[in-house]
Amino acid sequence: MRPILMKGHERPLTFLKYNRDGDLLFSCAKDHTPTVWFADNGERLGTYRGHNGAVWSCDVSRDSTMLITGSADQTAKLWNVQTGTQLYTFNFDSPARSVDLAVGDKLVVITSDPFMDVTSAIHVKRIASDPSNQTGESVLILKGPQGRINRAVWGPLNRTIVSAGEDAVVRIWDSETGKLLKESDKETGHKKTITSLAKAADGSHFLTGSLDKSAKLWDTRTLTLIKTYVTERPVNAVAMSPLLDHVVLGGGQDASAVTTTDHRAGKFEAKFYDKTLTEEIGGVKGHFGPINALAFNPDGKSFSSGGEDGYVRLHHFDPDYFNIKI
Amino acid sequence: MATGAIQNQTQQPKIRWGELDEDDGEDLDFLLPPRQVIGPDENGIKKVMEYKFNDEGNKVKITTTTQVRKLANARLSKRAIERRSWPKFGDAVREDVGSRLTMVSTEEILLERPRAPGSKPEETKVAGDSLAQLGKGGAVLMVCRTCGKKGDHWTSRCPYKDLAPVAEGFIDKPAASETAAAAAAPGSGKSTYVPPGMRAGAERSGTDMRRRNDENSVRVTNLSEDTREPDLLELFRPFGAVSRVYVAIDQKTGMSRGFGFVNFVNKEDAQRAINKLNGYGYDNLILRVEWATPRTN
Repeated sequence: MRPILMKGHERPLTFLKYNRDGDLLFSCAKDHTPTVWFADNGERLGTYRGHNGAVWSCDVSRDSTMLITGSADQTAKLWNVQTGTQLYTFNFDSPARSVDLAVGDKLVVITSDPFMDVTSAIHVKRIASDPSNQTGESVLILKGPQGRINRAVWGPLNRTIVSAGEDAVVRIWDSETGKLLKESDKETGHKKTITSLAKAADGSHFLTGSLDKSAKLWDTRTLTLIKTYVTERPVNAVAMSPLLDHVVLGGGQDASAVTTTDHRAGKFEAKFYDKTLTEEIGGVKGHFGPINALAFNPDGKSFSSGGEDGYVRLHHFDPDYFNIKI
Repeated sequence: MATGAIQNQTQQPKIRWGELDEDDGEDLDFLLPPRQVIGPDENGIKKVMEYKFNDEGNKVKITTTTQVRKLANARLSKRAIERRSWPKFGDAVREDVGSRLTMVSTEEILLERPRAPGSKPEETKVAGDSLAQLGKGGAVLMVCRTCGKKGDHWTSRCPYKDLAPVAEGFIDKPAASETAAAAAAPGSGKSTYVPPGMRAGAERSGTDMRRRNDENSVRVTNLSEDTREPDLLELFRPFGAVSRVYVAIDQKTGMSRGFGFVNFVNKEDAQRAINKLNGYGYDNLILRVEWATPRTN
């Protein structure tokens, strides 16, 4: 396949998100300006100007009218997708990291980093249908995890919130009472920081990627560990194909390996694994730096990867991809 | 739908030669054959052949090959089609055509299947082999003067005793190439002078060996300009006894003309050398190593 290279960001990519219809791709990077692209040919549509710090993640509403972004400038902002204007700003006492809209787009979960004497927390906020009625008050604030919470997402039917972070523990919280329902087992769970989390299309299971060079597949209701995928590199980003039973892991490089690495460029790859057999299917090379973000188009026919090199690579699969057999 | 294309060159208009200035020799376009277009074939490849005069006044033919390839089918919902017509905002407003933010990759990237554990890429193997020989440490000090092989045997124990010293090999027996003809007709009427080396009963093994060596000749191309005989000898020795090396030198500049010949005593050694060193990176160039004559079987 011929990937389409999009160099809109000056700094490393942090997050990629497709909209529900699969025609728009939102990219977040450390350069303060989230960008939206057309997902078929990679043409840039626009940028959202206003943040003063690295943008860590974003989410888009189901009708693709509203975008929410979380940034290191201690704010999370709501934007009009079409015009790029800011609708509202949520303020925090520390950098905001992960944002995730609930089904129905009426609630959003935002995590904030530990900062000086403030501990990390998970905030649930209400989104008003009319931006002028929007307030910044939190419906629920969850505290407890030590260290940074890298990802927090809604569970099925918005009944639970799943969080994962630097303490390598996956937690499931009740979204109404705020009670901690389940925690992942220390023995079988990740050993190092969990960097990324991806939900399955139907929400029944999710995938976590960690710096311990592995990714794990969990059941969302019971938090049982289903599968483990092993790589040679710390995992920075994970994604699951909505069409086939494939899992994609994108990673980086141990600092110790930097000087002894191959001088040939373009060798950082996104690794494809079979979801059930946990065997490696193959890799897609091309990035000049560690891969920090991965996202599948909801139609499953293309995927994009964002790297430390500032490039977004948009891949449309060849017909052979759909015929791969182990 | 994204396309990948190479820039086309523009065609120059025709000018009547009678109206030209004397030194306007570049516009003699009527001398050039017309522009030819071979239309897009089933792979979408289009070739445009144009003729021009370059800076030195030579007629040159420029072939531009363009391939239009459909990357993907995009099925858009009604809303998505509406979004397609949204105006650009933010930094994209001032988007000039020259800003190449979005490009199709020039390389074809495949989903590479994982290799079986045993098979490593060829290039690492080559480096390993020639280095492994030298890495034997103390054995390297055992050099044979006759065949020049390191680490195998001393001169007095050389199995290839008949070999003349390497440097004089070629000059020594210029008649070597004629032995084939002479041997075929040994009793050619005794009317011509037959040199002692080719007379009946003369020691043949040496000359036969010489001739066979020439059949085991390996041509090495794409040598760097300061490669000389000793370098080739050192490079090819690990594969077996080398009877002769030759590097073509330009007499005027003293630089290697980029090619040379290596004669092995054994054909198997020559074959192994070809297999291992073809494509080997040597002094910033990739060597091409092959049989000097069409494959001697």
